[in-house]
Parts: sequence; C-alpha cells; structure tokens
Amino acid sequence: MLIFSVFKTLTDQRVTVELKNDLCISGVLKSVDQFLNIRLDGIQVMDEERHPHMTAVKNCFIRGSVVRYVLLPAEAVDTQLLEDATRREAASQAKR
Amino acid sequence: MASLQGYVDHRVLLILQDGRAIVGVMAGYDQKSNVVLSDSKERVYSMEEGVEEIPLGLYLVKGDQIVLIGELDEAMDQAVDLSTVHAEPLPPIRY
Repeated sequence: MLIFSVFKTLTDQRVTVELKNDLCISGVLKSVDQFLNIRLDGIQVMDEERHPHMTAVKNCFIRGSVVRYVLLPAEAVDTQLLEDATRREAASQAKR
Repeated sequence: MASLQGYVDHRVLLILQDGRAIVGVMAGYDQKSNVVLSDSKERVYSMEEGVEEIPLGLYLVKGDQIVLIGELDEAMDQAVDLSTVHAEPLPPIRY
C-alpha cells in the first residue's frame, strides 16, 4: 500500500517504465491504481526503430503485473523519507 | 484510478503476454481488465515482409494476458503504410 501512495505523489512526473518483455516506455504518469496498473500520457518508446509497433500510440495503460522497473526522477523522491516509511511499514508488518 | 473508461469506443492497440499485437475498437472492459474488442485485427510483424493484418472480428481478451493497452491516434495510424514496416515481433513476457 505504501508504494501505491508513493506513486500517487508522482503523478504528472515524467517516468520510464521497463516491462518484462524488455520494452522501455517513457511518459507522463497520469494515474496508478491498487494493482500498480499505470496510465502514461505522451509516451515514447525507447529504441523506436526496433519497435515501431507503437508509433501511433500517444497514451497507454500498462498492466502492473508486467512492469519490471519504474525509473523515477530523483528530485521528485525524498529518499530519506521513503526509507523511513518503508522501514516503519516493514516493522509494523513484522509485529503482526 | 488507472481506469480504462477513456478508451471505450476508441481504436486501441493491445499487446499481449505472448507478444501479439491486436488492434480493435474497445467495446467494453471490466474490473479485472478483461477487454472486448470489436472489428479487431492481429498485426503480425516480421523482418522479411511488411506487417500482415489478420482479421479476427469480435474478440474477448482475458485481462491476465494483457501487457499494454494504447489509444491509437487514427490519423497517425492511417498515415503509416503497414506494408513498408519491417520489424521484429515483440518478445513475449518472461517472468
């Protein structure tokens, strides 16, 4: 649930999503849901010559289960705060 | 919420887990992201020849097979002559 909240704070940031089929798509994060499905606007596929499949696609919905990485802009994330929050969440789950 | 509502009645491109690409008009969807496409066609990519379009008609795609749903810009899509596009098919998903 914590990571869902983190993604919600990152809406309207430009991110790059790497999928489990090795496709990399960058775009503006428009929304995220509880499954970490992602909506991207103004997308651009890295290595467009090799993957012309999506040249006419400008916005897309990516299923959360196929995402390998999301590359975030470093300045949009408070690393210290995130570290504290993840440790707090992990500690509270260990207690249960 | 990352909803599919904005795609209903729009021409969309679906990329599936096995690497297939299907275009069609989204007729409906549900909370498990199962999708119904009308007037759908599969686009088969290869390096040897241009893109081949195979008509499929009305299709129901199970949500767990879907990788990506993209809204097609109709004007941009029509401007591309598919028979001149040579590309590797997209790789399948590997967990």
